[in-house]
Amino acid sequence: MFTWLLRRLFQACFVVLAMTVIVFVGVHVIGNPVDILISPEADQAERARVIAAFGLDQPLWKQYALFLNGLLHGDLGRSFVFNEPALRLIGGRMPATLELAVTAVLMSVGFGVPLGLYAGLKPNGFIGRSIMAGSILGFSLPTFWVGLMLIMVFAVTLGWLPSTGRGETGELFGLRWSFLTWDGLRHMAMPALNLSLYNISLVLRLTRAGVRETLLMDYIKFARAKGLSPARVIFVHVLKNIMIPITTVVGLELGSTIAFAVVTESVFAWPGMGKLIIDSINVLDRPVIVAYLMMIVVIFITINLVVDILYTVLDPRVRLETKA
Amino acid sequence: MVLGFRAFAWATTILAVSTLHVQAQSLTIASAAPVTSMDPHYHTLTPNISAHGHIYEKLIDLDAGGHMIPGLALSWKLRDDKTWEFKLRDAKFHDGTPFTAEDVAYSLSRVPTVKNSPASFQIYTRAVVGTEIVDPHTILLKTAAPYPLLPADMIQVYMISHKLGAEPATEDFNNGKNAIGTGPFRFVSYQPGNRIEMDRNDAYWGPKPHWAHVDYRMISNDAARTASLLAGDVGIIEFVPPADLAKLRGDARVALSEVVSNRSIYLWLDHSHTGTMPEVTGPNGEVLDKNPLKDLRVRQALSLAINRAGIVERVMEGAALPTKQYLPPGNSNHVNDLRPDPFEPDRAKALLKEAGYPNGFRIVLHGPNDRYVNDAKIVQAVAQMWQRIGVQTTVDTIPWSSYATRAGKQEFAAFLLGWGVNSGEGTNPLRAQIATWNPERGLGTANRGRYSNPAVDALLDQAMGTMDLAARDKIVLQTMKLAMDDVPAIMLHLQKNIWATRKGLTYAARVDEETRATGVVEAGK
Repeated sequence: MFTWLLRRLFQACFVVLAMTVIVFVGVHVIGNPVDILISPEADQAERARVIAAFGLDQPLWKQYALFLNGLLHGDLGRSFVFNEPALRLIGGRMPATLELAVTAVLMSVGFGVPLGLYAGLKPNGFIGRSIMAGSILGFSLPTFWVGLMLIMVFAVTLGWLPSTGRGETGELFGLRWSFLTWDGLRHMAMPALNLSLYNISLVLRLTRAGVRETLLMDYIKFARAKGLSPARVIFVHVLKNIMIPITTVVGLELGSTIAFAVVTESVFAWPGMGKLIIDSINVLDRPVIVAYLMMIVVIFITINLVVDILYTVLDPRVRLETKA
Repeated sequence: MVLGFRAFAWATTILAVSTLHVQAQSLTIASAAPVTSMDPHYHTLTPNISAHGHIYEKLIDLDAGGHMIPGLALSWKLRDDKTWEFKLRDAKFHDGTPFTAEDVAYSLSRVPTVKNSPASFQIYTRAVVGTEIVDPHTILLKTAAPYPLLPADMIQVYMISHKLGAEPATEDFNNGKNAIGTGPFRFVSYQPGNRIEMDRNDAYWGPKPHWAHVDYRMISNDAARTASLLAGDVGIIEFVPPADLAKLRGDARVALSEVVSNRSIYLWLDHSHTGTMPEVTGPNGEVLDKNPLKDLRVRQALSLAINRAGIVERVMEGAALPTKQYLPPGNSNHVNDLRPDPFEPDRAKALLKEAGYPNGFRIVLHGPNDRYVNDAKIVQAVAQMWQRIGVQTTVDTIPWSSYATRAGKQEFAAFLLGWGVNSGEGTNPLRAQIATWNPERGLGTANRGRYSNPAVDALLDQAMGTMDLAARDKIVLQTMKLAMDDVPAIMLHLQKNIWATRKGLTYAARVDEETRATGVVEAGK
């Protein structure tokens, strides 16, 4: 277990470093942030001043060395745009994205598993077929389009929910959270649903497939023959056995939902990290891009790790020791 | 449980009642771009400047039409060629301290000290080499040489209180500690990328603002901004996307206000290569030994080939006005006899033939695809029009993040750009765009095509040395005419600034693109 963890950590550090190199070279190739940020009316002297202030007059390898030096001291640099430490900037936006992503993933489990279970148990019924047909829509409709349709229906036409923005927030652990206020929840409903539609479909189909497969297993037949109640058969013997693929998928989806909530965040003007990273890429705000991507890599690695550990809990046959 | 439900219902009722009460005098604005800081001296960025105008004020302001009006200064005049005298009004900062000459001197000296500014306001304060406080309501600003543009520069610099002490930090403006101005609204909170909340300043020197509370939200997605207006979540949106214009014009729930802006859209042409220009080749792709764009007849032909009325009507949905200069009609630096070039493809062909290109040539036309309104579509339309006079045009559109750098390196032969004249004053585009590129003198800074015309430079110098406003305007008009007739760039149109409000509200559309809560009025009030 220990060597396994150590090896994982070593791999993780390597991935993070490789990523920073890619971003440094990539941003350098795309263009010069100063050309985008500077006032169009600024003269040549002012331009030179800004380039020097950001350290962009140094050769690229030296800029990278300075960045690594800062990294060792826990400093990821200051945003060119906001003049705030990149990490603090991202941290300030994180609660908005986290609560949205977690709500979306909870919704995907809350809706996906029961619907999938139903569709798996009654695959030929009308409702079962409708659920499956609906899940195809969830898969294939583009997020931005669904988002705009949600706004048109629930905000513009019916007027039930606010169209965009984050609404009121409450404070917990010194951070602002929407789920603590009624207004905040109302603002969160549509973006969370929009973000979860794809995941609901995914979990739903996965659950159905798992249920269909497991129902044919000998141990299910035996459990039924033993005279166990249908509820016990379904919830203990079927559901528990299909949890492994679902856990993997939900885990990975949590990561990508946090990292790539960009589209939903811009359609709903949700002030999360996704919007920050897109704005930062547009103006080549390198410190923010680097810090954000580093954080995303770390999140993915952590989630993978947690999923691996959860496996051992769910399936005692899986051991984390390396084979060799 | 029952009790819990009742308490909940009661709470929501109170909430509903209180929001209703707030709504009566509260205005929600949807801005199109994020405000990156609450420090008024940090970044010369239009969205920031527009939001800051609620909290801070400048010595000289602009009215909706772009004409100078007194701000914190009651009047200003020249004492001698190098000394300007500003008389200040009785105003109070939000913390109750009076605004005095000391605050002016402090604000001007603070600008260059702002740390890590990505685009400093220094360009507007640099001309001032010294200040002299005569009395609390009079200050003298001194320049090293005669400098007629000082009032235009003072339109850009917000005043803050000298009580903030040495080197106030940008962070302290963002958290509200230092966000103290003299403006009609006071700072309540700032959430980056989300919203700024402001309350009415009841001690304001000017007319009492109508709105008790302003919620300044940032909704950069065009469709979402329109939807939030239709849903009634916001009272006014700025930068109405042209694609939604037709629909909104027919919608009884909204009203539109529009004005022709100071932002022109044009195609820069390369003047830097006299010999071979890699992006311009012969009709069969052969290398040309000289750059055809150096020939005035070729530039005229390319301009005459463009159907500007068609672009304005079809691509811009009417949200633009064809032009041949940087400033709109009505501005004192607008040249009346400089008409937009007509659409005359036959004359264009004849001019090309005369210039020695009977079979045209090949050219690459570049444009950004995420910067100006419909930028990529405009470039595509122009390419088709050039094609018709025999100029085989390849279109290449790229994101602004990459475009901005490449456009400044003289890599492009023809490329789309825009220029907004914030001050509304004519030497601004002439100095930045038309004057010969000269780093020592800070001229031609945005002259990306490297156009150079000694006659224009000489006239511009003369204008810059003329302190009398009427005399200078006359020279500026002359310079503008001389320059634009030489087609340094192909001017296309001036964008219209368009706001949409909920029915019952109107907005005094501003030439300078700013959205101000004080300009939003309830009908009948």
